[in-house]
Amino acid sequence: MHRESDMASNRPANFSTATLQHVLSRRSALRQLGLAGLALSAAPAFAEDIIKLPLPSDPRERPLTHDFPQKGTMILQRTRPPLLETPFEVFDHGVFTPNNQFYVRWHWAVIPTSVDVASFRLAVRGHLNQTLSLSIDDLRSLPQVELAAVNQCSGNSRGFYEPRVPGAQWSHGAMGNAIWTGVRLKDVLDRAGVKAGAVQVRFDGLDEPVVPDAPDFKKSLDIDHARDGEVMIAYAMNGEQLPLLNGFPLRLIVPGWYSTYWVKMLNDIEVLDKPDDNFWMAVAYTIPDTPHASITPGQTGVKLVPINKMVPRSFFTNVASGATLPAGPSAPLRGIAFGGDSGVAKVELSIDGGKSWQPTALGKDHGKYSFRQWQVNVSLGEKGSHSFMVRCTNQGGDVQPEAPNWNPSGFMRNVIETVQVTAS
Amino acid sequence: MHKSIIAIGGLAAGLLSATPAWVQEKIAIKSTSVDLPAGDVLFQGPDADAINNNCLACHSTDMVLNQPALPKATWDAEVRKMITVYRAPVDEADVGAIVDYLVKTKGKN
Repeated sequence: MHRESDMASNRPANFSTATLQHVLSRRSALRQLGLAGLALSAAPAFAEDIIKLPLPSDPRERPLTHDFPQKGTMILQRTRPPLLETPFEVFDHGVFTPNNQFYVRWHWAVIPTSVDVASFRLAVRGHLNQTLSLSIDDLRSLPQVELAAVNQCSGNSRGFYEPRVPGAQWSHGAMGNAIWTGVRLKDVLDRAGVKAGAVQVRFDGLDEPVVPDAPDFKKSLDIDHARDGEVMIAYAMNGEQLPLLNGFPLRLIVPGWYSTYWVKMLNDIEVLDKPDDNFWMAVAYTIPDTPHASITPGQTGVKLVPINKMVPRSFFTNVASGATLPAGPSAPLRGIAFGGDSGVAKVELSIDGGKSWQPTALGKDHGKYSFRQWQVNVSLGEKGSHSFMVRCTNQGGDVQPEAPNWNPSGFMRNVIETVQVTAS
Repeated sequence: MHKSIIAIGGLAAGLLSATPAWVQEKIAIKSTSVDLPAGDVLFQGPDADAINNNCLACHSTDMVLNQPALPKATWDAEVRKMITVYRAPVDEADVGAIVDYLVKTKGKN
Protein backbone atom coordinates (compact mmCIF):
# COMPACT_ATOMS: atom_id res chain seq x y z
CA MET A 1 0.00 0.00 0.00
CA HIS A 2 2.96 2.30 0.47
CA ARG A 3 3.38 4.71 -2.39
CA GLU A 4 6.00 7.18 -1.40
CA SER A 5 7.11 7.94 -4.94
CA ASP A 6 3.59 8.95 -5.87
CA MET A 7 2.78 11.32 -3.10
CA ALA A 8 3.86 14.46 -4.86
CA SER A 9 1.79 13.64 -7.91
CA ASN A 10 -1.94 13.82 -7.91
CA ARG A 11 -3.06 10.21 -8.38
CA PRO A 12 -1.05 7.11 -9.10
CA ALA A 13 -2.85 5.51 -12.00
CA ASN A 14 -2.09 1.96 -11.01
CA PHE A 15 -3.12 2.26 -7.39
CA SER A 16 -6.88 2.12 -7.71
CA THR A 17 -6.67 -0.56 -10.34
CA ALA A 18 -4.50 -2.77 -8.21
CA THR A 19 -6.76 -2.27 -5.25
CA LEU A 20 -9.87 -3.01 -7.23
CA GLN A 21 -8.31 -6.17 -8.55
CA HIS A 22 -7.46 -7.10 -5.03
CA VAL A 23 -11.00 -6.45 -3.94
CA LEU A 24 -12.49 -8.25 -6.92
CA SER A 25 -10.32 -11.26 -6.33
CA ARG A 26 -11.36 -11.15 -2.73
CA ARG A 27 -14.96 -11.07 -3.84
CA SER A 28 -14.33 -14.19 -5.90
CA ALA A 29 -12.75 -15.75 -2.88
CA LEU A 30 -15.75 -14.77 -0.81
CA ARG A 31 -18.00 -16.61 -3.22
CA GLN A 32 -15.92 -19.73 -2.85
CA LEU A 33 -15.70 -19.68 0.90
CA GLY A 34 -18.91 -21.59 1.34
CA LEU A 35 -20.26 -22.76 4.64
CA ALA A 36 -16.93 -22.94 6.41
CA GLY A 37 -16.39 -19.25 5.84
CA LEU A 38 -19.90 -18.42 6.91
CA ALA A 39 -19.50 -20.33 10.14
CA LEU A 40 -16.20 -18.64 10.86
CA SER A 41 -17.50 -15.15 10.23
CA ALA A 42 -20.64 -15.71 12.28
CA ALA A 43 -18.63 -15.88 15.50
CA PRO A 44 -20.33 -13.47 17.92
CA ALA A 45 -18.51 -10.83 19.85
CA PHE A 46 -18.26 -11.52 23.56
CA ALA A 47 -20.93 -9.96 25.72
CA GLU A 48 -18.53 -7.74 27.63
CA ASP A 49 -17.43 -6.22 24.38
CA ILE A 50 -20.89 -4.91 23.55
CA ILE A 51 -22.22 -1.45 24.31
CA LYS A 52 -25.88 -0.53 24.12
CA LEU A 53 -26.44 2.93 22.63
CA PRO A 54 -29.49 4.90 23.80
CA LEU A 55 -31.01 5.01 20.30
CA PRO A 56 -34.80 5.19 19.82
CA SER A 57 -35.04 1.79 18.12
CA ASP A 58 -33.02 -1.33 17.37
CA PRO A 59 -30.35 -2.19 16.68
CA ARG A 60 -28.81 -0.47 19.69
CA GLU A 61 -25.94 -2.81 20.39
CA ARG A 62 -22.48 -2.22 18.96
CA PRO A 63 -19.19 -4.00 19.53
CA LEU A 64 -16.51 -2.23 21.51
CA THR A 65 -13.34 -2.70 19.51
CA HIS A 66 -9.63 -2.55 20.28
CA ASP A 67 -8.64 -3.72 16.83
CA PHE A 68 -7.76 -0.42 15.17
CA PRO A 69 -4.20 0.91 15.03
CA GLN A 70 -3.28 3.76 17.40
CA LYS A 71 -6.78 3.51 18.90
CA GLY A 72 -7.99 2.43 22.30
CA THR A 73 -11.52 1.31 23.09
CA MET A 74 -13.90 2.53 20.39
CA ILE A 75 -17.50 1.86 19.43
CA LEU A 76 -17.46 -0.05 16.16
CA GLN A 77 -20.00 1.42 13.78
CA ARG A 78 -18.36 0.11 10.61
CA THR A 79 -15.17 -1.88 10.10
CA ARG A 80 -14.38 -0.90 6.49
CA PRO A 81 -14.00 1.92 5.76
CA PRO A 82 -13.73 2.64 9.48
CA LEU A 83 -16.44 4.43 11.43
CA LEU A 84 -15.33 4.47 15.06
CA GLU A 85 -17.28 6.34 17.71
CA THR A 86 -15.90 7.77 20.95
CA PRO A 87 -17.48 6.14 24.01
CA PHE A 88 -19.38 8.96 25.67
CA GLU A 89 -17.79 8.50 29.10
CA VAL A 90 -14.57 9.87 27.58
CA PHE A 91 -16.16 13.32 27.46
CA ASP A 92 -16.51 13.34 31.25
CA HIS A 93 -12.74 13.07 31.70
CA GLY A 94 -11.87 16.51 30.38
CA VAL A 95 -12.39 18.95 27.54
CA PHE A 96 -9.72 17.42 25.31
CA THR A 97 -10.45 14.11 23.66
CA PRO A 98 -7.49 11.71 23.74
CA ASN A 99 -6.06 10.93 20.31
CA ASN A 100 -6.51 7.22 20.85
CA GLN A 101 -10.22 7.66 21.46
CA PHE A 102 -10.92 10.44 18.98
CA TYR A 103 -13.66 9.35 16.59
CA VAL A 104 -12.88 8.15 13.08
CA ARG A 105 -14.86 8.52 9.89
CA TRP A 106 -13.78 7.61 6.34
CA HIS A 107 -15.80 7.64 3.15
CA TRP A 108 -13.72 5.38 0.90
CA ALA A 109 -12.04 2.11 1.73
CA VAL A 110 -8.74 2.78 -0.05
CA ILE A 111 -6.79 4.37 2.78
CA PRO A 112 -3.00 4.30 2.60
CA THR A 113 -1.78 2.28 5.56
CA SER A 114 1.75 3.59 5.31
CA VAL A 115 2.98 7.15 5.00
CA ASP A 116 6.66 8.02 4.66
CA VAL A 117 7.31 11.42 6.20
CA ALA A 118 10.51 12.13 4.26
CA SER A 119 8.94 11.68 0.84
CA PHE A 120 5.45 13.00 1.57
CA ARG A 121 4.62 16.18 -0.32
CA LEU A 122 1.71 18.58 -0.12
CA ALA A 123 0.91 19.99 -3.55
CA VAL A 124 -0.32 23.60 -3.72
CA ARG A 125 -1.46 24.40 -7.24
CA GLY A 126 -4.06 26.06 -9.40
CA HIS A 127 -4.81 29.77 -9.67
CA LEU A 128 -1.50 30.81 -8.12
CA ASN A 129 1.66 32.63 -9.03
CA GLN A 130 3.69 29.51 -8.34
CA THR A 131 3.02 25.87 -7.68
CA LEU A 132 4.45 24.46 -4.46
CA SER A 133 5.41 20.97 -3.43
CA LEU A 134 5.92 21.13 0.32
CA SER A 135 7.56 18.57 2.55
CA ILE A 136 6.63 18.27 6.20
CA ASP A 137 9.84 20.13 7.03
CA ASP A 138 8.93 22.88 4.56
CA LEU A 139 5.64 23.34 6.36
CA ARG A 140 7.34 23.36 9.73
CA SER A 141 9.54 26.23 8.64
CA LEU A 142 6.42 28.42 8.60
CA PRO A 143 5.16 30.02 11.83
CA GLN A 144 3.68 27.35 14.09
CA VAL A 145 0.23 28.01 15.50
CA GLU A 146 -2.07 26.09 17.78
CA LEU A 147 -5.79 26.19 18.33
CA ALA A 148 -8.29 24.26 20.44
CA ALA A 149 -11.23 23.26 18.29
CA VAL A 150 -14.12 20.83 18.20
CA ASN A 151 -14.27 18.48 15.26
CA GLN A 152 -17.80 17.14 14.80
CA CYS A 153 -19.27 14.96 12.08
CA SER A 154 -22.16 16.55 10.19
CA GLY A 155 -24.19 13.48 11.13
CA ASN A 156 -23.23 13.27 14.80
CA SER A 157 -26.28 11.96 16.74
CA ARG A 158 -27.98 10.83 13.52
CA GLY A 159 -29.10 7.68 15.30
CA PHE A 160 -31.54 9.76 17.37
CA TYR A 161 -33.39 11.04 14.31
CA GLU A 162 -37.09 10.15 14.18
CA PRO A 163 -38.18 9.08 11.64
CA ARG A 164 -34.87 7.25 11.39
CA VAL A 165 -32.72 7.97 8.35
CA PRO A 166 -30.04 5.85 6.65
CA GLY A 167 -26.38 6.62 7.27
CA ALA A 168 -23.89 6.06 10.06
CA GLN A 169 -26.06 5.47 13.10
CA TRP A 170 -23.99 7.55 15.47
CA SER A 171 -24.89 8.25 19.04
CA HIS A 172 -23.31 11.48 20.35
CA GLY A 173 -19.70 10.35 20.03
CA ALA A 174 -18.88 11.47 16.48
CA MET A 175 -17.18 14.54 17.89
CA GLY A 176 -14.02 15.43 19.70
CA ASN A 177 -11.97 18.37 20.86
CA ALA A 178 -8.22 18.73 20.46
CA ILE A 179 -5.42 21.24 20.44
CA TRP A 180 -4.36 21.36 16.81
CA THR A 181 -0.80 22.38 15.98
CA GLY A 182 0.33 23.35 12.53
CA VAL A 183 0.47 26.30 10.19
CA ARG A 184 -2.03 28.78 8.87
CA LEU A 185 -3.44 27.91 5.47
CA LYS A 186 -3.16 31.62 4.72
CA ASP A 187 0.61 31.50 5.13
CA VAL A 188 0.87 28.61 2.68
CA LEU A 189 -1.38 30.31 0.13
CA ASP A 190 0.50 33.59 0.50
CA ARG A 191 3.75 31.79 -0.19
CA ALA A 192 2.31 30.48 -3.45
CA GLY A 193 0.72 33.83 -4.29
CA VAL A 194 -3.03 33.67 -4.95
CA LYS A 195 -3.94 35.28 -8.28
CA ALA A 196 -6.76 37.76 -8.67
CA GLY A 197 -9.97 35.98 -9.58
CA ALA A 198 -9.49 33.04 -7.21
CA VAL A 199 -12.90 31.89 -5.93
CA GLN A 200 -12.46 28.73 -3.89
CA VAL A 201 -9.77 26.43 -2.58
CA ARG A 202 -10.24 22.68 -2.96
CA PHE A 203 -8.71 20.09 -0.66
CA ASP A 204 -7.96 16.45 -1.40
CA GLY A 205 -6.45 13.67 0.67
CA LEU A 206 -4.65 10.41 -0.04
CA ASP A 207 -7.77 8.26 0.37
CA GLU A 208 -9.41 6.98 -2.78
CA PRO A 209 -12.58 5.23 -3.88
CA VAL A 210 -12.45 1.48 -4.33
CA VAL A 211 -14.05 1.92 -7.76
CA PRO A 212 -11.80 4.15 -9.87
CA ASP A 213 -14.52 6.25 -11.51
CA ALA A 214 -16.39 6.92 -8.28
CA PRO A 215 -16.13 10.51 -7.01
CA ASP A 216 -12.91 11.08 -5.08
CA PHE A 217 -13.58 12.85 -1.77
CA LYS A 218 -12.73 16.54 -2.14
CA LYS A 219 -14.01 19.59 -0.29
CA SER A 220 -13.75 23.31 -0.93
CA LEU A 221 -13.84 26.55 1.01
CA ASP A 222 -14.42 30.05 -0.32
CA ILE A 223 -11.15 31.88 -0.88
CA ASP A 224 -11.82 34.46 1.84
CA HIS A 225 -12.57 31.71 4.34
CA ALA A 226 -9.42 29.82 3.33
CA ARG A 227 -7.40 32.98 3.94
CA ASP A 228 -9.04 34.07 7.19
CA GLY A 229 -5.96 33.18 9.24
CA GLU A 230 -7.85 30.62 11.32
CA VAL A 231 -8.08 27.72 8.88
CA MET A 232 -5.02 25.57 9.55
CA ILE A 233 -3.02 22.70 8.22
CA ALA A 234 -2.34 20.59 11.31
CA TYR A 235 0.51 18.15 11.77
CA ALA A 236 -0.26 17.43 15.41
CA MET A 237 -3.20 17.02 17.74
CA ASN A 238 -2.90 17.20 21.49
CA GLY A 239 0.86 17.52 21.17
CA GLU A 240 1.50 14.41 19.10
CA GLN A 241 1.44 13.49 15.45
CA LEU A 242 -2.02 12.59 14.18
CA PRO A 243 -3.11 8.97 14.40
CA LEU A 244 -3.19 7.64 10.85
CA LEU A 245 -6.94 7.18 11.01
CA ASN A 246 -7.38 10.81 12.05
CA GLY A 247 -5.52 12.01 8.97
CA PHE A 248 -1.77 11.52 9.39
CA PRO A 249 0.38 13.29 8.37
CA LEU A 250 -1.65 16.46 7.66
CA ARG A 251 -5.23 17.46 8.27
CA LEU A 252 -7.11 20.59 7.36
CA ILE A 253 -8.59 22.33 10.41
CA VAL A 254 -11.67 24.44 9.75
CA PRO A 255 -12.59 25.91 13.15
CA GLY A 256 -16.31 26.14 13.79
CA TRP A 257 -17.28 24.19 10.68
CA TYR A 258 -18.41 20.60 10.40
CA SER A 259 -15.77 17.93 10.00
CA THR A 260 -16.60 17.16 6.38
CA TYR A 261 -14.31 20.08 5.52
CA TRP A 262 -11.47 18.89 7.75
CA VAL A 263 -9.84 16.85 4.97
CA LYS A 264 -7.65 14.05 6.29
CA MET A 265 -4.29 12.93 4.83
CA LEU A 266 -4.29 16.28 3.06
CA ASN A 267 -1.90 16.12 0.09
CA ASP A 268 -3.42 18.44 -2.50
CA ILE A 269 -4.59 22.05 -2.34
CA GLU A 270 -6.01 23.49 -5.53
CA VAL A 271 -7.00 27.14 -5.88
CA LEU A 272 -9.98 27.44 -8.23
CA ASP A 273 -11.10 30.34 -10.37
CA LYS A 274 -14.67 29.06 -10.42
CA PRO A 275 -16.93 27.46 -7.81
CA ASP A 276 -16.30 23.79 -7.10
CA ASP A 277 -19.15 21.70 -8.49
CA ASN A 278 -17.73 18.30 -7.52
CA PHE A 279 -20.19 15.78 -6.05
CA TRP A 280 -19.02 16.21 -2.46
CA MET A 281 -19.79 19.93 -2.58
CA ALA A 282 -22.75 20.15 -4.94
CA VAL A 283 -24.75 17.07 -3.90
CA ALA A 284 -23.40 15.35 -0.81
CA TYR A 285 -23.27 17.21 2.48
CA THR A 286 -25.95 19.68 1.46
CA ILE A 287 -28.65 20.84 3.87
CA PRO A 288 -32.04 22.50 3.49
CA ASP A 289 -31.62 26.28 3.52
CA THR A 290 -34.12 26.54 6.38
CA PRO A 291 -33.88 27.29 10.12
CA HIS A 292 -31.94 24.43 11.78
CA ALA A 293 -31.71 22.82 8.33
CA SER A 294 -35.05 21.34 9.20
CA ILE A 295 -37.88 20.18 6.95
CA THR A 296 -40.91 17.92 7.30
CA PRO A 297 -40.31 14.29 6.27
CA GLY A 298 -41.32 14.00 2.62
CA GLN A 299 -41.10 17.74 1.97
CA THR A 300 -39.65 18.52 -1.47
CA GLY A 301 -38.70 21.57 -3.48
CA VAL A 302 -36.40 22.92 -0.79
CA LYS A 303 -33.30 24.89 -1.70
CA LEU A 304 -30.15 23.02 -0.67
CA VAL A 305 -26.84 24.59 0.33
CA PRO A 306 -23.52 23.08 1.42
CA ILE A 307 -23.42 22.37 5.15
CA ASN A 308 -21.22 24.93 6.87
CA LYS A 309 -21.01 26.39 10.39
CA MET A 310 -21.65 24.30 13.47
CA VAL A 311 -24.38 25.16 15.93
CA PRO A 312 -24.31 25.14 19.74
CA ARG A 313 -24.66 21.91 21.71
CA SER A 314 -24.41 20.79 25.31
CA PHE A 315 -24.38 17.43 27.03
CA PHE A 316 -24.50 15.84 30.44
CA THR A 317 -21.37 13.74 30.94
CA ASN A 318 -21.71 12.45 34.52
CA VAL A 319 -25.31 11.26 34.36
CA ALA A 320 -27.24 9.43 31.67
CA SER A 321 -30.89 8.53 31.39
CA GLY A 322 -31.71 5.69 33.74
CA ALA A 323 -29.16 6.75 36.36
CA THR A 324 -30.01 6.69 40.05
CA LEU A 325 -28.75 9.54 42.23
CA PRO A 326 -28.95 9.88 45.99
CA ALA A 327 -31.77 12.17 47.07
CA GLY A 328 -30.35 15.10 48.97
CA PRO A 329 -29.51 18.75 48.92
CA SER A 330 -26.63 18.75 46.50
CA ALA A 331 -26.19 16.46 43.51
CA PRO A 332 -23.38 17.53 41.18
CA LEU A 333 -24.20 17.67 37.52
CA ARG A 334 -21.64 18.41 34.86
CA GLY A 335 -20.99 18.18 31.20
CA ILE A 336 -19.54 19.80 28.14
CA ALA A 337 -20.77 22.40 25.72
CA PHE A 338 -19.57 24.10 22.60
CA GLY A 339 -20.85 27.11 20.74
CA GLY A 340 -20.26 25.96 17.17
CA ASP A 341 -18.89 28.87 15.19
CA SER A 342 -18.64 31.13 18.24
CA GLY A 343 -17.83 30.74 21.90
CA VAL A 344 -20.06 29.48 24.69
CA ALA A 345 -21.94 32.43 26.20
CA LYS A 346 -23.87 30.42 28.77
CA VAL A 347 -25.03 26.95 29.66
CA GLU A 348 -28.27 26.59 31.57
CA LEU A 349 -30.00 23.75 33.37
CA SER A 350 -33.70 23.06 33.75
CA ILE A 351 -35.09 20.63 36.29
CA ASP A 352 -38.74 21.34 35.49
CA GLY A 353 -39.06 20.23 31.90
CA GLY A 354 -37.85 23.49 30.43
CA LYS A 355 -40.23 25.87 32.25
CA SER A 356 -37.39 27.58 34.06
CA TRP A 357 -33.65 27.66 33.58
CA GLN A 358 -30.82 28.21 36.03
CA PRO A 359 -27.24 29.19 35.24
CA THR A 360 -24.33 26.79 35.47
CA ALA A 361 -20.70 27.54 36.20
CA LEU A 362 -18.43 27.38 33.19
CA GLY A 363 -14.97 25.85 33.33
CA LYS A 364 -11.75 27.18 31.85
CA ASP A 365 -12.09 28.92 28.49
CA HIS A 366 -9.79 27.24 25.97
CA GLY A 367 -10.96 29.46 23.13
CA LYS A 368 -14.16 29.96 21.27
CA TYR A 369 -13.97 26.77 19.22
CA SER A 370 -13.24 24.42 22.14
CA PHE A 371 -15.41 22.26 24.34
CA ARG A 372 -16.10 24.00 27.62
CA GLN A 373 -17.05 22.24 30.81
CA TRP A 374 -20.08 23.28 32.84
CA GLN A 375 -21.21 22.22 36.27
CA VAL A 376 -23.96 22.91 38.75
CA ASN A 377 -25.27 21.39 41.96
CA VAL A 378 -28.97 20.59 42.10
CA SER A 379 -31.18 19.73 45.00
CA LEU A 380 -32.86 16.36 44.69
CA GLY A 381 -35.05 16.72 47.76
CA GLU A 382 -37.80 14.46 46.53
CA LYS A 383 -37.34 10.81 45.75
CA GLY A 384 -38.61 9.70 42.39
CA SER A 385 -37.98 10.55 38.79
CA HIS A 386 -36.42 13.80 37.67
CA SER A 387 -35.93 15.22 34.22
CA PHE A 388 -32.88 17.40 33.60
CA MET A 389 -32.32 19.48 30.50
CA VAL A 390 -29.24 21.41 29.45
CA ARG A 391 -28.94 24.08 26.80
CA CYS A 392 -26.13 26.20 25.41
CA THR A 393 -26.34 29.71 24.04
CA ASN A 394 -23.37 30.82 21.97
CA GLN A 395 -21.70 34.22 21.74
CA GLY A 396 -23.58 34.86 18.53
CA GLY A 397 -26.88 34.51 20.38
CA ASP A 398 -27.82 31.14 18.89
CA VAL A 399 -29.51 28.82 21.36
CA GLN A 400 -30.25 25.12 21.13
CA PRO A 401 -33.82 24.44 19.95
CA GLU A 402 -36.48 22.74 22.07
CA ALA A 403 -37.63 20.56 19.18
CA PRO A 404 -35.34 18.29 17.19
CA ASN A 405 -34.60 19.22 13.59
CA TRP A 406 -35.14 16.75 10.76
CA ASN A 407 -33.65 16.38 7.30
CA PRO A 408 -33.17 13.24 5.19
CA SER A 409 -29.40 13.21 5.74
CA GLY A 410 -29.54 13.37 9.53
CA PHE A 411 -27.33 16.45 9.73
CA MET A 412 -26.90 19.19 12.35
CA ARG A 413 -28.82 17.72 15.25
CA ASN A 414 -28.55 20.08 18.21
CA VAL A 415 -31.82 19.76 20.11
CA ILE A 416 -31.68 20.40 23.88
CA GLU A 417 -30.61 17.16 25.56
CA THR A 418 -32.70 15.65 28.35
CA VAL A 419 -31.81 12.96 30.88
CA GLN A 420 -34.30 11.08 33.07
CA VAL A 421 -32.85 10.13 36.44
CA THR A 422 -34.22 8.65 39.64
CA ALA A 423 -33.50 10.03 43.11
CA SER A 424 -33.50 7.38 45.83
CA MET B 1 -9.22 38.92 14.82
CA HIS B 2 -7.10 35.84 15.54
CA LYS B 3 -7.17 35.93 19.29
CA SER B 4 -7.62 32.21 19.59
CA ILE B 5 -4.60 31.37 17.50
CA ILE B 6 -1.29 31.66 19.27
CA ALA B 7 1.90 31.98 17.30
CA ILE B 8 4.44 29.90 19.16
CA GLY B 9 7.62 30.80 17.33
CA GLY B 10 9.35 33.88 18.71
CA LEU B 11 7.11 34.37 21.74
CA ALA B 12 8.53 35.91 24.88
CA ALA B 13 9.84 33.44 27.41
CA GLY B 14 7.27 34.48 29.95
CA LEU B 15 4.47 33.43 27.69
CA LEU B 16 6.16 30.22 26.72
CA SER B 17 6.44 29.16 30.31
CA ALA B 18 2.66 29.24 30.50
CA THR B 19 2.47 26.86 27.60
CA PRO B 20 2.33 23.10 28.17
CA ALA B 21 5.72 21.42 28.09
CA TRP B 22 5.01 19.59 24.87
CA VAL B 23 4.78 22.69 22.72
CA GLN B 24 8.18 23.89 23.85
CA GLU B 25 9.86 20.99 22.12
CA LYS B 26 9.50 20.12 18.50
CA ILE B 27 6.75 17.57 18.08
CA ALA B 28 8.16 14.40 16.53
CA ILE B 29 6.54 13.36 13.27
CA LYS B 30 7.57 9.88 12.23
CA SER B 31 6.72 7.66 9.28
CA THR B 32 3.83 5.38 10.14
CA SER B 33 2.64 2.00 8.93
CA VAL B 34 -0.45 0.30 10.27
CA ASP B 35 -2.69 -2.64 9.54
CA LEU B 36 -6.43 -2.18 9.31
CA PRO B 37 -8.96 -4.92 10.11
CA ALA B 38 -10.17 -6.60 6.93
CA GLY B 39 -13.87 -6.29 7.70
CA ASP B 40 -14.64 -9.36 5.60
CA VAL B 41 -17.52 -10.86 7.55
CA LEU B 42 -20.31 -12.07 5.25
CA PHE B 43 -24.03 -11.45 5.31
CA GLN B 44 -25.83 -14.51 6.62
CA GLY B 45 -28.65 -16.61 5.27
CA PRO B 46 -29.65 -18.51 2.15
CA ASP B 47 -30.56 -15.35 0.23
CA ALA B 48 -27.34 -13.48 0.90
CA ASP B 49 -25.39 -14.40 -2.23
CA ALA B 50 -26.35 -11.29 -4.20
CA ILE B 51 -25.56 -8.84 -1.42
CA ASN B 52 -22.33 -10.66 -0.55
CA ASN B 53 -21.18 -10.68 -4.17
CA ASN B 54 -21.98 -7.07 -4.96
CA CYS B 55 -21.76 -4.91 -1.86
CA LEU B 56 -18.71 -5.94 0.14
CA ALA B 57 -16.04 -4.49 -2.14
CA CYS B 58 -16.75 -0.99 -0.84
CA HIS B 59 -17.93 -1.57 2.73
CA SER B 60 -18.25 -4.18 5.42
CA THR B 61 -21.56 -5.75 6.44
CA ASP B 62 -21.82 -3.90 9.75
CA MET B 63 -22.73 -0.65 7.97
CA VAL B 64 -25.92 -2.35 6.80
CA LEU B 65 -26.61 -4.39 9.91
CA ASN B 66 -26.39 -1.31 12.15
CA GLN B 67 -29.11 0.47 10.17
CA PRO B 68 -32.57 0.75 11.67
CA ALA B 69 -35.59 -0.77 9.97
CA LEU B 70 -36.26 1.33 6.89
CA PRO B 71 -39.04 1.28 4.26
CA LYS B 72 -38.51 -0.66 1.04
CA ALA B 73 -38.45 2.58 -0.96
CA THR B 74 -35.54 3.78 1.17
CA TRP B 75 -33.59 0.56 0.62
CA ASP B 76 -34.30 0.70 -3.09
CA ALA B 77 -33.02 4.27 -3.22
CA GLU B 78 -29.90 3.32 -1.24
CA VAL B 79 -29.00 0.53 -3.67
CA ARG B 80 -29.64 2.83 -6.65
CA LYS B 81 -27.47 5.52 -5.05
CA MET B 82 -24.62 3.06 -4.61
CA ILE B 83 -24.81 2.21 -8.32
CA THR B 84 -25.39 5.61 -9.90
CA VAL B 85 -23.54 7.94 -7.52
CA TYR B 86 -20.85 5.76 -6.01
CA ARG B 87 -20.37 3.62 -9.15
CA ALA B 88 -20.71 0.34 -7.31
CA PRO B 89 -20.21 -2.43 -9.88
CA VAL B 90 -23.49 -4.14 -9.03
CA ASP B 91 -24.82 -6.70 -11.46
CA GLU B 92 -28.22 -5.35 -12.56
CA ALA B 93 -29.66 -8.84 -12.34
CA ASP B 94 -28.80 -8.89 -8.63
CA VAL B 95 -30.45 -5.60 -7.67
CA GLY B 96 -33.81 -7.20 -6.89
CA ALA B 97 -32.24 -9.86 -4.69
CA ILE B 98 -30.16 -7.26 -2.84
CA VAL B 99 -33.18 -5.08 -2.10
CA ASP B 100 -35.18 -8.14 -1.07
CA TYR B 101 -32.46 -9.16 1.38
CA LEU B 102 -32.31 -5.66 2.84
CA VAL B 103 -36.09 -5.47 3.21
CA LYS B 104 -36.23 -8.90 4.79
CA THR B 105 -33.40 -8.12 7.18
CA LYS B 106 -33.86 -4.41 7.78
CA GLY B 107 -37.26 -3.55 6.39
CA LYS B 108 -40.48 -2.20 7.77
CA ASN B 109 -43.88 -1.73 6.22
